[in-house]
Amino acid sequence: MATVPSSARVVVIGAGIVGNSLVYHLAKLGWRDIVQIDKGPLPNPGGSTGHASNFIFPVDHSREITDLTLDSVEQYREMGVFTQSGGFEVARSEERMEELRRRMSSARAWGIQSELVSPEQVVEQVPFLDPSVIVGAFWTPSVGVVDSLRAGTIMRERALELGALQVVATVEVVGLDVEGGRITRVRTSGGDIEADTVVIACGVWSPALAEMAGAHIPLTPAVHQMISVGPIPQLADREGEISYPIVRDMDTFCYERQHGADMEVGSYAHRAILHDVGEIPSIEQAKLSPTEMPFTSDDFDPQLEQAFELMPDALGADGAEIRYAINGLLSLTPDGAPILGETPEVKGLWSAAAVWVKEGPGVGRLVAEWMTDGPPEVDLSHSDIARFYPHQQTRAHVRARTSEAFNKTYGIVHPGEQWSSDRNKRLAPMHASQQQLGAVFFEAVGWERPFWYASNEALLGDYGDAVLPREHEWDSRWWSPIINAEHLAMRERAGVVDLSAFAIFDVVGSAAVRAVQHAVVAQTDVAPGRVVYTPVLDQRGGFRSDLTIMRLGDDHYRVVTGGAHGMVDRKTFVDAMPADGSAQVVDLTSAYTTIGLWGPRARDILGSITAADISHDGFGFGRCRDIEIDTMSVLASRISYVGELGWELYLPMEQGARLWDLVLSAGAPHGAVPVGIGVYATTGRLEKGYRAMGAELDSERTVPEAGMMRPRVKDADFVGREAYLKQRAADPATVLCTLSVDDHTSASGQRRFMLGGEPILAHDGEPLVDGHGHRPYVTSAGSAPSLGTHLLMAYLPPDQAVVGTQLAVSYMEERYPVTVATADATPPFDPTNERIKGEQ
Amino acid sequence: MTDVLVCIKRVPGASGEVLLSDDGQRVDARHVGWTLSAHEECAIELATQVAGATGGTATVLTVGSADAIEQLRDALALGCDRAVLVEAETDRFGPVDVAAAIAEVVRAHEAAGTSYGLVLLGNDAADTGDFQVPVRLAYALARPVVTGIATCTVEGDLVVAHGDGPDGPETFELPVPAVVAVMEGGVAPRYPSVMGRMKAKKVAIEQVAAEIEPVGSGRVRLTLPPEQPSQVQVLGQGADAAPAVVDLLEELGMVSR
Repeated sequence: MATVPSSARVVVIGAGIVGNSLVYHLAKLGWRDIVQIDKGPLPNPGGSTGHASNFIFPVDHSREITDLTLDSVEQYREMGVFTQSGGFEVARSEERMEELRRRMSSARAWGIQSELVSPEQVVEQVPFLDPSVIVGAFWTPSVGVVDSLRAGTIMRERALELGALQVVATVEVVGLDVEGGRITRVRTSGGDIEADTVVIACGVWSPALAEMAGAHIPLTPAVHQMISVGPIPQLADREGEISYPIVRDMDTFCYERQHGADMEVGSYAHRAILHDVGEIPSIEQAKLSPTEMPFTSDDFDPQLEQAFELMPDALGADGAEIRYAINGLLSLTPDGAPILGETPEVKGLWSAAAVWVKEGPGVGRLVAEWMTDGPPEVDLSHSDIARFYPHQQTRAHVRARTSEAFNKTYGIVHPGEQWSSDRNKRLAPMHASQQQLGAVFFEAVGWERPFWYASNEALLGDYGDAVLPREHEWDSRWWSPIINAEHLAMRERAGVVDLSAFAIFDVVGSAAVRAVQHAVVAQTDVAPGRVVYTPVLDQRGGFRSDLTIMRLGDDHYRVVTGGAHGMVDRKTFVDAMPADGSAQVVDLTSAYTTIGLWGPRARDILGSITAADISHDGFGFGRCRDIEIDTMSVLASRISYVGELGWELYLPMEQGARLWDLVLSAGAPHGAVPVGIGVYATTGRLEKGYRAMGAELDSERTVPEAGMMRPRVKDADFVGREAYLKQRAADPATVLCTLSVDDHTSASGQRRFMLGGEPILAHDGEPLVDGHGHRPYVTSAGSAPSLGTHLLMAYLPPDQAVVGTQLAVSYMEERYPVTVATADATPPFDPTNERIKGEQ
Repeated sequence: MTDVLVCIKRVPGASGEVLLSDDGQRVDARHVGWTLSAHEECAIELATQVAGATGGTATVLTVGSADAIEQLRDALALGCDRAVLVEAETDRFGPVDVAAAIAEVVRAHEAAGTSYGLVLLGNDAADTGDFQVPVRLAYALARPVVTGIATCTVEGDLVVAHGDGPDGPETFELPVPAVVAVMEGGVAPRYPSVMGRMKAKKVAIEQVAAEIEPVGSGRVRLTLPPEQPSQVQVLGQGADAAPAVVDLLEELGMVSR
């Protein structure tokens, strides 16, 4: 039996595409004494890499996934294991053609060469495809196939050549030891390895490995069926593994990929077949490999007919047989993104899991960077393992969401599309009232949040066309003009917003000031009762977060952040705490609810239910303090994300329903209405030019680029300070702007409204490129009802970032004229912030 | 024209490590799924060859649960024309019961106008290994039987069957109708074609209940042979190992010099 060394600088568990790439990049970054282990033999230890179909389509709607893919392709090319074949995504329906037009938007936004082609053009290259079945296709010449096993071997060998790596195959991990919250040891069938850094790159087995250390990698092994049909004479006549483009039959959720004389047909159309990790056979028990499970032909039969329909001449060729068929296991996650980064539960224990072959080398490089210097070059926030809330780590949640998502792998997924499974799990205290008000709930990290209220429908009559109605079904899906009516009512009178989804945590202790000061950009050594909005940076000066901090006492801060990034932000702060415990993070997310009250009448309304002095002089902007409302003690904070006078009201969860009812009834005589997140997160925000984490802000963006520089930088040191000072001294390579759509009329005469993700082009349609080599795209889009326009945010090349510049946005392959409305953080609406000041 | 009946059994796939159910009555298919044994894949190939050569039909039959329809469809996809499921609780059925159930169908089909000139079976079941059904079926039908057959053809009124005996190749001639138990090795079983698979989906499967009171197998339980520790001998590294590999292949009779 193989034996392992007794200690290592880092142990990488897993020798699939991810583990292999990781050891190479760690070695390249200077790591030595790397030990890589796998329970299987090399070069194919039996995981998902070994049976992957190995093709790569670079265009994805996600920028993060596209970046990982492009980086991976570059690495595969450099290793000489990439064969370019080109690829078609074919449409059988007009609805799919529209989705392919949207795919063109993503291709243009990420700078990938693609084009829409006719069935005849497809047949020119794929003569055995029946053109009468399809209506068109999306052609990407840079599609190709890779040899992922060979790539893995090359990367291991390179790390070995550097003298950095020791590889031990056929040893199985039997335990992971954790002491004082840190990983200390990997116990294996070949002996124990002392190590304070360990990476789980075990694909479908990762959850079981994490569990050994008390951590969570919430993925599930799921079946992807694949068959191989051959020999097919048309394919056999050409040399090499692949000589015809790969075809994705998007409407049947299938693909056809040549492999020598065979055609591989893979499917994402069958029922979701999930397995528990414990159900995966051992290498000895497996018929083929552990992740090539027995084929269940009944599940595949419908796809067989559809594939035959598309390629009757090839798949029906004389002598062609189904000579390989598997239920191949791959990893699925509840939100579809990979699971990367240091586990929040165990210091030094990293995850690099739920990664496809098309992203493997890129993930290896970036996780290696992350482990070495801190933040990786490409923003990985959607893949950060710290993003999961406890309920999202449960097996039942993972099963529910992956079951729902499986058939959407090739699906047409609207950017606003909501999950239907595992809903109603985190309910605000005022949920019953919201239901009575006809709230339409959208989900955010489990919370059910009203997006708009049917009870406000009558407002549509008041505002008429000012609600900017949308004619096209796609533009108005997961949207309602009521959102814009609520917006106008709030600007005119007042709106009441449920903000229960905020993540809230306190930082307390004698070192709280020092710890918070070190974690964030803004000056937080302020008087108690002050509210500070601040970016949080990483070491490279990219955005880690933006959030609000209230100083409640000398040794007491309250941090409030968006639900979506709450868990990542909590990890950022927990990691920033001193080891001696002199400052600590206390999570109060489930203890407090928050109600926002904003609008010109907000002071009148709040004044009618509290005796506290809430006059401008008595309760200035950016201040917070406890006030009494009836028999409730409420922490009121005078800030605004919608650009209006008003307060966020924090109080214990169990009193939330009472305050909600009280504010609504006190507001009624003033014309206040309940207002959904559609206003809070989009229309109100965009009119004020407020940036959102995950849209405008991520680790690739800087404070100067985002136009969020303050005149001074505090003296106290903070994470990213050095990088930030350098950024301030240089000219920005790209500038965040708000653009206004000048004309919405499409060729058909129908008015179209962009939803986000679209490329911004020069007025004549030529592509633009910023100082990072990136093409501008819409980071957020939405109505600005008070301005009577549709606003887009985008990072533009500095020479285009000038107010009044005329550009174009491409939407569904038509161009619409747009004009730069602001080229810095100046709000398009109420640019001098008179409303927030509310001095009257 | 010879109508052929080929009898198959739904069995767990083969892998390195065999798992048994807790009660020791079955092989556990959890990790390996369900399949046909290699003997029966060859029997299906022979059945379609004989049917094709004589202009007859090939009918596939199994005795078991409705789950075995999956294997019937697999056989249909390989070229069988019709399929019969004799529904039975497999665990309660011993070899004698299975033989009786098959005989019943043979007689019933004969009465209905289809008489099988050749009945093919696998030599023995991949899971239970009873080695009994072919002989018992022949006895029940009062037909000649030969086992351990690799290839066979029907020539006029004769079944000509070839196999390997202890003293070398053997050839048998049996008068039609006959029963033949097939061992793998004589023909290469094919994989299904896409069209075969699509056609198989559309065939109506005849389902009948086994009208017999089973006597069972009398089996107490299955046991696993003692684990054989795997011996690994490193023959060498890289190109230097080639002569040793050739020596070994020669020793195993896979190449000759």
